[in-house]
Amino acid sequence: MFNSLKIFLHQGKQYIPDLRAAKAPGVFRGRPVISTEKVDEQALASVCPSGAISTSPVSIDLGRCLFCGECERCFPGKVHFTDDTHLATNVRERLIIREGEDKPIELDKEAIRPEIRKIFRNSLKLRQVSAGGDGSCEAELNATGNVQFDLGRYGIEFAASPRHADGVLITGPISGNMAKALELTYEACPEPRIVVLDGTDAISGGMFADSPELDRSFLENHQVDLYIPGNPAHPLTVINGLLDLTKK
Amino acid sequence: MNNNILHIKNGSCTSVTEIPVLGYGDFRQTASRLLGDKARHCVSYFAYPCNEGFRLMMCIADDSAHDILVFACDVEKDAELPSIAAEQLALERFEREIHENWGLGFTGHPWYKPVRDFMPDKYKFFEMAGEELHEVGVGPVHAGVIEPGHFRFICNGEDVLHLEIQLGWQHRGIEKLMLDKKRLIERVLLAESIAGDTSVSHSTAFAGLWEALCGTVPGDDVLWARTLAAELERMANHTGDLGAICGDVAYQLGAAVYGRLRTPIVNFSQRWCGNRLGKGNVRPSYAPYAFTEELRRQLLQDLTAYERDFLEMSDKIQHFPSVLSRLDRTGVVSREQAEAIGAVGMAAKCTSVCRDIRASHPYAAYPALSIEPVVKDGGDVLARTELRIDEVKQSLAIVRVLLENVPAFDGKMRSPGQPKADSFAISLTEGWRGEICHCAVTGADGELLTYKIKDPSFHNWMALALAVRGNEISDFPICNKSFNLSYCGHDL
Repeated sequence: MFNSLKIFLHQGKQYIPDLRAAKAPGVFRGRPVISTEKVDEQALASVCPSGAISTSPVSIDLGRCLFCGECERCFPGKVHFTDDTHLATNVRERLIIREGEDKPIELDKEAIRPEIRKIFRNSLKLRQVSAGGDGSCEAELNATGNVQFDLGRYGIEFAASPRHADGVLITGPISGNMAKALELTYEACPEPRIVVLDGTDAISGGMFADSPELDRSFLENHQVDLYIPGNPAHPLTVINGLLDLTKK
Repeated sequence: MNNNILHIKNGSCTSVTEIPVLGYGDFRQTASRLLGDKARHCVSYFAYPCNEGFRLMMCIADDSAHDILVFACDVEKDAELPSIAAEQLALERFEREIHENWGLGFTGHPWYKPVRDFMPDKYKFFEMAGEELHEVGVGPVHAGVIEPGHFRFICNGEDVLHLEIQLGWQHRGIEKLMLDKKRLIERVLLAESIAGDTSVSHSTAFAGLWEALCGTVPGDDVLWARTLAAELERMANHTGDLGAICGDVAYQLGAAVYGRLRTPIVNFSQRWCGNRLGKGNVRPSYAPYAFTEELRRQLLQDLTAYERDFLEMSDKIQHFPSVLSRLDRTGVVSREQAEAIGAVGMAAKCTSVCRDIRASHPYAAYPALSIEPVVKDGGDVLARTELRIDEVKQSLAIVRVLLENVPAFDGKMRSPGQPKADSFAISLTEGWRGEICHCAVTGADGELLTYKIKDPSFHNWMALALAVRGNEISDFPICNKSFNLSYCGHDL
């Protein structure tokens, strides 16, 4: 008993008081800024392993970017990854960062379905479905529930059953073997229900985009309400994305 | 020395012509004879297309001689071969995989089922009949935030008689992509994603293999950084698992404390390489992120704070009856079972089978560290819990030794060069779950003919299936968590 109390006291205050303003410690490869410096654009595009870089004008699609930093290493004056963890948005095009731009990634408030803010404002339960996920996004989602990030303080939690959930949060590039289970899980959620894509693999397929083993037809049939880029997405990126979606 | 077997070291490359090619009868007998000795186990067995048919490659690690024994066999398309797994159970999943990938048949195989490629509705589960028996199906989508797999229990009341684990849901075709993607950076990124919680050890296995194929030797700073990153990865995952084990026995204090103790370790990884899980920290032939004096001081400071709280919490759970009663003698795997199925890593070490690549086939900076693997003899959830606690303590000591002597960082982006033609290379690392094996064969143009990945979970899922027999089904979550195997690492 006294031992338990001692352990309890030794933890001090662990929770992060303001998750909206919290910074990731040290280096974090977050929202990139592309300068207008002239470089060999083809060479720049060809260093990217996942085809996230387009040319004239140069842009990086965070829905495809794996945040490996290879472009910054090869073209340090052209690309710089800032420590901005706020990367999530509800409009796919907003994940494309163009050269010369340095502005925060935001949600398009007008495009958020009205029922999301009306019904899920104070409570959102999500059923997570890993469909070919490599375990890293899943680990970071579990971290959102630890005593430091404590996502539960906002009434946002992961539900054990889709019957208790307000939607699905998908990780992984959606393997063909999981396609049906994903569809069934989504169908089992009561309406209205949302779809969140967590991690670059989920948004575009990432390194697996060309694999014949994927079946991404789910995304052709259902509207995506939030894109959360990352490899894996940082807990702060996940939390702030979900808050931006559901809270005013 | 036997002329029919090639002896090589971990992380080495050899010309394909050096590998002895035996007739299948000889091949089978040699494999069976070698695996009869408990000091040896199969680290990889695979096939690849060769001369209109297929070549079978057997790689057996001899832990006492610190050698890897390699030999091959050429077979025709659609060949029906007598199963070696009928005698050496540890090969059963390898044979199923070869059958599934290339259509070769194995007669007399004890458990001839799909490994990854399945029609979910047509998969035939093992059946038992009896009025008292019932089946419980779980998954592929589970209650927690974890990866998918299907578990089919046959129970008598609350007691589990049999568990069959059906995997493959996560299959992404990673080995094929390794061949299709031609640029090095693409292959590195694929290696990091084999199992995202083991990205350091998998990318180290890839880097070691690629350097061997290209015939380059990386600098001491590169090997040092890989070793440090691997030990931090081990600490972070073990700490997280201890929290999850506490959570599964409803011990909230342990779940909260271990859960938050993972954070300083992964945050340090981010300070160093910009990614909490170490993605980006390992590249063939150079170390992309310098380890500065500031980082050294930060890590020492983080470890001091971590160690105090980790030891205090661990001491508590190791003497807390209501936790111990749930862990002690739950989910037992015997030494005989572990040896028979070729278990590796934690699943083997908790049954006093000492298998640890860091000690038996050392790589990176491990040769100089002379690791004495932690071994437990209970084979139960408690043994796997205590093993994690002791391995974290060991990793703390290893990290401190590494920090005493930080090599000067070169940091320059280097190319390893081009892979040698007609070559075979093998690279083994010890991830936090256990042994990882990557193998590659190149053709006449130096391009990859095959790339074979083996995650420790490939062997160890069978250990979980055996561990739950005779346990109450309500103890399944804690058994599962005590192994914490990788779905994507198995499914590839």
